[in-house]
Amino acid sequence: MSGGTYLGMPAFPKAAHEAVHNQTLRGNLRHATHTIRAKRAKAVAEVSDWAELREAGKQIKDHTLRHLDRYLVQLEESVTAAGGTVHWAADADEANRIVTYLVKATGESEVVKVKSMATQEIGLNEALEAEGIHAYETDLAELIVQLGKDRPSHILVPAIHRNRGEIRDIFAREMSEWGRPAPEGLTDTPAELADAARLHLREKFLRAKVGVSGANFMVAETGTLVVVESEGNGRMCLTLPETLISVVGIEKIVPTWQDLEVFLQTLPRSSTAERMNPYTSTWTGTTDEDGPQDFHLVLIDNGRTDTLADEVGRQALRCIRCSACLNVCPVYERAGGHAYGSVYPGPIGAILSPQLRGTQSEIDASLPYASSLCGACYDVCPVAIDIPEVLVHLRERVVQGGTVTREGAKVVLKPAKGHAAERAAMRAARWAFSHPGALRTGQRVASRTRRFHPRTLPGPGKAWSETRSLPAVPAEPFRDWWQRTRSGQRPQDGPQGGPQGGPPGGLPGGKDTSK
Amino acid sequence: MRVALFLTCVNDTLYPDTGRAVVKLLTRLGVDVDFPMAQTCCGQAHYNTGYRHEAEPLARHFSDVFGEYDAIVTPSGSCGAMVRELYPRMGERARAEGRGDGLATTLAPVVPKTYELTEFLVDVLEVTDVGAYYPHTVTYHPTCHGLRSLGLGDRPRRLLQSVKGLELKELPGADECCGFGGTFALKNSDVSAAMGADKVRNAESTGADVLCAADNSCLMHIGGTMTRLRTGMRPVHIAEILASTEEERA
Repeated sequence: MSGGTYLGMPAFPKAAHEAVHNQTLRGNLRHATHTIRAKRAKAVAEVSDWAELREAGKQIKDHTLRHLDRYLVQLEESVTAAGGTVHWAADADEANRIVTYLVKATGESEVVKVKSMATQEIGLNEALEAEGIHAYETDLAELIVQLGKDRPSHILVPAIHRNRGEIRDIFAREMSEWGRPAPEGLTDTPAELADAARLHLREKFLRAKVGVSGANFMVAETGTLVVVESEGNGRMCLTLPETLISVVGIEKIVPTWQDLEVFLQTLPRSSTAERMNPYTSTWTGTTDEDGPQDFHLVLIDNGRTDTLADEVGRQALRCIRCSACLNVCPVYERAGGHAYGSVYPGPIGAILSPQLRGTQSEIDASLPYASSLCGACYDVCPVAIDIPEVLVHLRERVVQGGTVTREGAKVVLKPAKGHAAERAAMRAARWAFSHPGALRTGQRVASRTRRFHPRTLPGPGKAWSETRSLPAVPAEPFRDWWQRTRSGQRPQDGPQGGPQGGPPGGLPGGKDTSK
Repeated sequence: MRVALFLTCVNDTLYPDTGRAVVKLLTRLGVDVDFPMAQTCCGQAHYNTGYRHEAEPLARHFSDVFGEYDAIVTPSGSCGAMVRELYPRMGERARAEGRGDGLATTLAPVVPKTYELTEFLVDVLEVTDVGAYYPHTVTYHPTCHGLRSLGLGDRPRRLLQSVKGLELKELPGADECCGFGGTFALKNSDVSAAMGADKVRNAESTGADVLCAADNSCLMHIGGTMTRLRTGMRPVHIAEILASTEEERA
């Protein structure tokens, strides 16, 4: 995954700090996510066999991923037979080089783009710009982000962090720099904003000779690509230019049209809460005198094969980018999308980015912890990705290290830095919990010194006591009460499982109970 | 039926009242409940923070301590979910790591016998009216693991609705996480605190005196936030409400 614009991002908690305290942003996100969340719940509740569709989607994706080698070859053969050209890119740089070469070969210096996560993932716009080629985003929200020199903060509604007033200001200020200026006296009414965008974009659609897209699905049996969208800008970009270049992750394959049927039901309801999306474009290679006469498919790996090698983490590759998990996530709602340091924000981003990019950077090592493990994401996922399971799996990778696959080779990762104190505390706790006598002594010490307990905590505990009072330690732990009232005797120290020697490594909290 | 109380390390240490309430309630319902003294911790904090291998000896210990009982009752949705949902997964992972079936076999017996308290009352004892009296206005927060991992559904609400004197208020945004999340509360304290504050504001808007839940870890976070925000509301574990009677009020 291209580091690109996200290199050197701070860890998630630090990146989220500002967003949490930005009341405008919190309001924008709360309003938007709660609205989509409620609509999605309603759209899903209409379908009596939703659970079966979800299971079918999961099975189809798992089957396809298990036989990806075979389906990719079948897809290449079908696309080639239909008049397209297939290119293979191992990583972001290779994909960017291929697309740049293909655009240059047309002699053009501008392209129109359909909203695409894959091209954002590889940083295509920046790579093209560096070669003197202007890429124009044509999805309304992507246009807002591009004109605002901003970053997307949501997979489906990338300008979710903006309100109407901010969008009006961006249009009025920036449109003239890119093409047709915004109309005089533009207000923030949705109809006027949409009209301004329509006029601005129309000029680009009619002029462009090259279109660049991603794809929601690729049907292996016929070599057909599928884009689902709401605004019709995609249809324009896919049909008007002479050359069409589609950049698609290798996991986007479905074997047959019959398989596609499942996702064309679950994707719109999960993403935009529509029964059916307004525009579904499908194309198979090229057709004489109809649409682009030159079609290129650039298949990107960029960490996907490595992810596929991990038996717990691979389920993340089932993702169909609906963003239902973002809309129900309490952490996303408060931290916003930018804090995730990736084009993939929210719960799915927290398990995709550390797998596609690895867990070495500060941001990627912090993402698996950007969740309270509440499970709302798993509940709404239309392909049943158990996001909490993968988050915990990746936490393990961060703190324990272990063997992973990077660029096709097995690599042994060391445990990440900065977890030494936590690791020591976990070991000490495990030791105490394996010795009930030690636990009991600890409880009694806490109870007998309770009058001296501070009301705020130093060090890492400060993170708790800054916003929350500490619970009061009771006069006696339950087990002492139980023994006192049930056996009629004064509780003895260390009734069973007393400690055998000290805790490992001279760790805190493990005083010997044998007096 | 030999019934064991798995109180959890947090309740044993910090919330003995909840433990006493469970004992009182189950005794009143004719259950002879035992508290095996060797019990400690299920290993949830270790597991969820990424220390699965540190959690394994704790899971084995749990199985040793509780294996002989017919039913294991716990007043914690998340610790219940640890045993029921994650112990089998730990066994599977150990097998996938080439360590054989040992862990899976050791843990298997306790998994189906472990019940969260409200499940035990409604499904095993088949009671919803436990003869409780609690003259307060209460709003109920379904904690995430109880709601989504264990699927407690309306069991806690049915129990609360049968309590004499209790007026139950619907909590807006009830199924949203309170922001505790174990070590999440420390590692992402800004987001955690913001979630907690929103939960408390929703609870306040009901006009209830008491916020009730079936997990003291979440209540520790919510209650700690309530104190700081000076709401005047009290966090109370559902066991303490169900144990309360006209003769012996909680």
